[in-house]
Amino acid sequence: MSDTQQKASENVVVSKVGVAAGYVDDRLASANFTKRLLDKVFPDHWSFMLGEIALYSFIILLLSGTYLTLWFNPSMTEVIYNGSYLPLKGVKMSEAYSSALNISFDVRGGMLMRQIHHWAALFFVAAVTVHLLRVFFTGAFRKPRELNWLIGTGLLTLAILEGFAGYSLPDDLLSGTGLRIAQGIMQAIPVVGTYVAMFVFGGEFPGTDFIPRLYSVHILLIPGILLGLITVHLIMVFYQKHTQFAGPGRTESNVVGYRLYPVYMAKAGGFFFIVFGVTSLIAGLVTINPIWLYGPYTPSQITAGSQPDWYIGWLDGAVRLTPNIEWNILSHTISWNLLIPALIIPGIMFTLLGVYPWIEAWITGDKREHHILDRPRNAPTRTALGVMALSFYLILWIAGGNDIMATAFNLSINTVIWTLRIALFAVPPLAFVLTKRICLGLQRRDKEKLLHGYETGRVLRLPHGEFIEIHEPVSFEERAVLLSKVDVPVMEITSGEDEHGVRNPKGRKAKIQAKLSGWFYTDNVSAPSEQELAEADEHFAHQLGAHERTAIDSH
Amino acid sequence: MNEIELGSTDPVGARDGKDLVSGVPVLPLPAHTPRRADIDPVAAKRAERQVALMFASSIALLIAFTVAYIKVPNTSLVSIPVIGTVGTNHVLLGLTLGLALFLIGTGAIHWAKKLMPDVEVTQERHSLSSSAAERAEVVEIFNRGAAESGFGEHKLIRRTLLGALALLPIPLVVLLRDLGPMPNTRLRNTIWKKDVHLVTDATYQKIKASDIPIGGLINAVPENLLEIEESEGNLNQRGKASIILVRMDPAEILGQQGENWDYEGILAFSKICTHVGCPISLYQQRTHHLLCPCHQSTFDLANKGNVIFGPAARRMPQLAITVDAEGYLVARGDFKEPVGPSFWERG
Amino acid sequence: MAISRRHPAALLAVLVVALGTTGAAYAAVAAGTAPKVSAPSATQVTAGKQLFLEGCSSCHGLAAQGSTDAPSLIGVGAAAVDFNVATGRMPMAGPGIQAPVKKVVYTPAEIAALAAYIASLGPGPQIPTVEDVSTADADLALGGELFRTNCAQCHSFSGRGGALSEGRWAPSLMKSSAKHIYEAMLSGPQSMPVFSDNTMRPTDKRDIIRYIEELQKQEDPGGYGLGRLGTVTEGLFIWVIGLGALLGVAVWIGAKSR
Repeated sequence: MSDTQQKASENVVVSKVGVAAGYVDDRLASANFTKRLLDKVFPDHWSFMLGEIALYSFIILLLSGTYLTLWFNPSMTEVIYNGSYLPLKGVKMSEAYSSALNISFDVRGGMLMRQIHHWAALFFVAAVTVHLLRVFFTGAFRKPRELNWLIGTGLLTLAILEGFAGYSLPDDLLSGTGLRIAQGIMQAIPVVGTYVAMFVFGGEFPGTDFIPRLYSVHILLIPGILLGLITVHLIMVFYQKHTQFAGPGRTESNVVGYRLYPVYMAKAGGFFFIVFGVTSLIAGLVTINPIWLYGPYTPSQITAGSQPDWYIGWLDGAVRLTPNIEWNILSHTISWNLLIPALIIPGIMFTLLGVYPWIEAWITGDKREHHILDRPRNAPTRTALGVMALSFYLILWIAGGNDIMATAFNLSINTVIWTLRIALFAVPPLAFVLTKRICLGLQRRDKEKLLHGYETGRVLRLPHGEFIEIHEPVSFEERAVLLSKVDVPVMEITSGEDEHGVRNPKGRKAKIQAKLSGWFYTDNVSAPSEQELAEADEHFAHQLGAHERTAIDSH
Repeated sequence: MNEIELGSTDPVGARDGKDLVSGVPVLPLPAHTPRRADIDPVAAKRAERQVALMFASSIALLIAFTVAYIKVPNTSLVSIPVIGTVGTNHVLLGLTLGLALFLIGTGAIHWAKKLMPDVEVTQERHSLSSSAAERAEVVEIFNRGAAESGFGEHKLIRRTLLGALALLPIPLVVLLRDLGPMPNTRLRNTIWKKDVHLVTDATYQKIKASDIPIGGLINAVPENLLEIEESEGNLNQRGKASIILVRMDPAEILGQQGENWDYEGILAFSKICTHVGCPISLYQQRTHHLLCPCHQSTFDLANKGNVIFGPAARRMPQLAITVDAEGYLVARGDFKEPVGPSFWERG
Repeated sequence: MAISRRHPAALLAVLVVALGTTGAAYAAVAAGTAPKVSAPSATQVTAGKQLFLEGCSSCHGLAAQGSTDAPSLIGVGAAAVDFNVATGRMPMAGPGIQAPVKKVVYTPAEIAALAAYIASLGPGPQIPTVEDVSTADADLALGGELFRTNCAQCHSFSGRGGALSEGRWAPSLMKSSAKHIYEAMLSGPQSMPVFSDNTMRPTDKRDIIRYIEELQKQEDPGGYGLGRLGTVTEGLFIWVIGLGALLGVAVWIGAKSR
């Protein structure tokens, strides 16, 4: 194509786009918004894509779920199975289970859709979890993003509920066992529990009402709320602009990255296809939830190794570890052995999770906006708190698979349970202390690196015979990151009385706050002063030969 | 890359090498390093071909998907090393679809990374809070509206409106009443009655006492269960009435929940765990322990069904049994305590 | 070890016995009427007793009456002996909470002799015949239902086994032969309860074996079965391999290109 021809064809494209855009803009005044949208800059970092994985898994779930609804029949009506899976031919089962079997064996590609749906669900909650961890450990939840953090907590909760609902729908032996446990927990709620269980299940367990009810919750109610909240979540990210890691050219008042159109769009869009592709490949090659092996649910059958999907594992683990405390007062029963692990512990955990941004802001007294992310080591107390909570969660999670662990490693299940019970109290504090130590160590190393450079491993013999190892200044990029550490002053402890000796009603609160602030920041390694930095530069200039100096600068 | 003069160019939001907000030192954005494809047309052409190849392969795979869907029967199996014997149709569909999607994705990203601009752009972040004047204006508008409506003045209107709104949730909650029946005594009774035969679960055979060996285990249900399941159209009774039968040397029985509730060492216990209701029959005949696979509660059947480990708080209810004239096992009545998980009114 | 302590004459005796029983068994099968088990000859019992005294009596007692270390074998029947010895569980290598499957120590003829001796001590379940464990006419679907009602609670839905209390375990059934499964149901080895022929009919047992044989075929229409251990391995897979793969891609996307 000649240059003029090419120009001409480009003009045609441009004018066509112009006409279409004009048509829309005449009606919606969309030009200004579209301009800002397409020009929006997004910072690039692998950890910013964790939330994307969650979003894409959700889209995959909507797509594959829609396919499944075309064949799934959420009915508890009893039928005799007559499909092509021989080991169940002639067995009595619910229509729900039988239609799930038909999807697996008689609808071509149905098995693939079912497995894509289930694997995507595991991906979804896993991605939400790691995304949450990234946001927590980098302090991205701080002002002005607290509200979005709260929405995120809600999304996680709903994702877990939605997953459990889906796991329960096929009415196989495993899903029925899960529902039995959920019903038992409902029944344990003081005062209203019996009524709640009766109303939710339409009578006693299992009844015939619950699966159809759960179905509308699973395919309409929860996904609808999820979709709404995800939309708000994304609009807020968009509106507040994404956070970024410290680095050359990055400040609290700018965003450095690639424009949405075309680079970010191509990368993010491409990543959607990759997530979908990987999910499909896994679904094609690896079995998930072989419902045909579990058999239809009946309340008189059980299998060894009855486990929930991974995201319910920690709750099941908590139920497994709790000792058998039950009170009988005035002919009423309080089942602490269920209330503590299934309602109180998750209640506390999710509440703390949701309000953490406000707790931290109150402790630190920090009211500034933050757009540059913290390196986890530079907020050692937060990082240590996070690891502590994570270790608590992990022990509960491991407890959820204690029987599989016992068989896999030839251990006594009783020993495993007792070990985990002790670990649940012993490990988190240890994790806190250890993490904080490690963070502070890393801070010291960072400062060391800034002031004295990194060890090159090259040894130099000085004229007077002494050997020294050559230290070289860190790279330009690393220097920018290391310099970004912010020194936060610890709040001063104010006395509980004002200058006239009158007790200040707010004084006590302020005192606690100041103490906590001290605890939060204490031991932090201070950033090097300007003078120290200048001396360090001087030192390097002297230590190294002129040509080495050039080499470093042009690094 | 050219030499950088530190502090020579301040990025947006910094002055004299310092962040205007946090005050920490900020280094300038380094100059862009061109990629091979930016300066070498051959490399650019190669990247273009690679991207196109990925998209073209995706086209081929999507066609292969359709062919596999039509041509490969759903029932055929294929043996693949490591993976095992798997469904041919299923695996082919998964592989073709998965790879097709994967290649569209990698193609787009490869395109973005190699051929689209990779110069980082700096954009200004605007403060999220509005100006004090704007905020004041909002408050003023709100107050004006409140004053115009007279919400503060007309107490009667305000109170009745609030009252009406407060009661609004009531119908919404009341509507849920017919979701299910009242509990009544449902959780206290099972269909076990005097002289109801014990039959084997799944095969529904009556059980002769003399046929059970010491160390034996039978999963059993009441004889009338199937009729009731048929007439009620649900599995509710099965969830309460299922039992396990075990036989041990009478000398090894340390205690029972009622005197002589066994029949010559044959004991009948509820199968429904008192913790959250999983059916348990992991009976270990040497130790007489019954273990729940859901949460590892362990019961000692030789000693009143007492809890000896795990989260369950109450013993497994025992069912008193005897034999009929022909020696078949029958119940002597219903359970004396509610079976299954606890509930508030249980006492 | 039990083998080294055996007298050479015992071996000879066993050989004679083995030839004799094989002939008798052949005759029985050929006759078509197939009595359950041909009556053990006196020589077989004698040879079995000799083997018992050398290899088993140190734990089970000289008269098989049992001790603090091991249960009495009077009345356990030939089925129990065949199951435990032919799967290598007996003799135990050392004291332990449960006897695991090991290399089989005795020859088939020796096992037959041991079984004959134990069977002579008191009535107990016999070794099932080939017809007893033939699953040609078995009902696969009913077998599955019986399996889920009576077996899955310990051996799991896939027959992979599971944990029992205090370090005991229900073994995997993936490599068990039909005969040994039948014998285990009849005799209730170790922690396993007894499922006698009167309460779980022989046809029921064959149905169950038919279902276990189906499980042993290991056909996974949905792809690799992840050890058929349920949701735990699925969870590990998604975290380690699934998320690992996507993170790898994310790092690739975020990396600067050259």
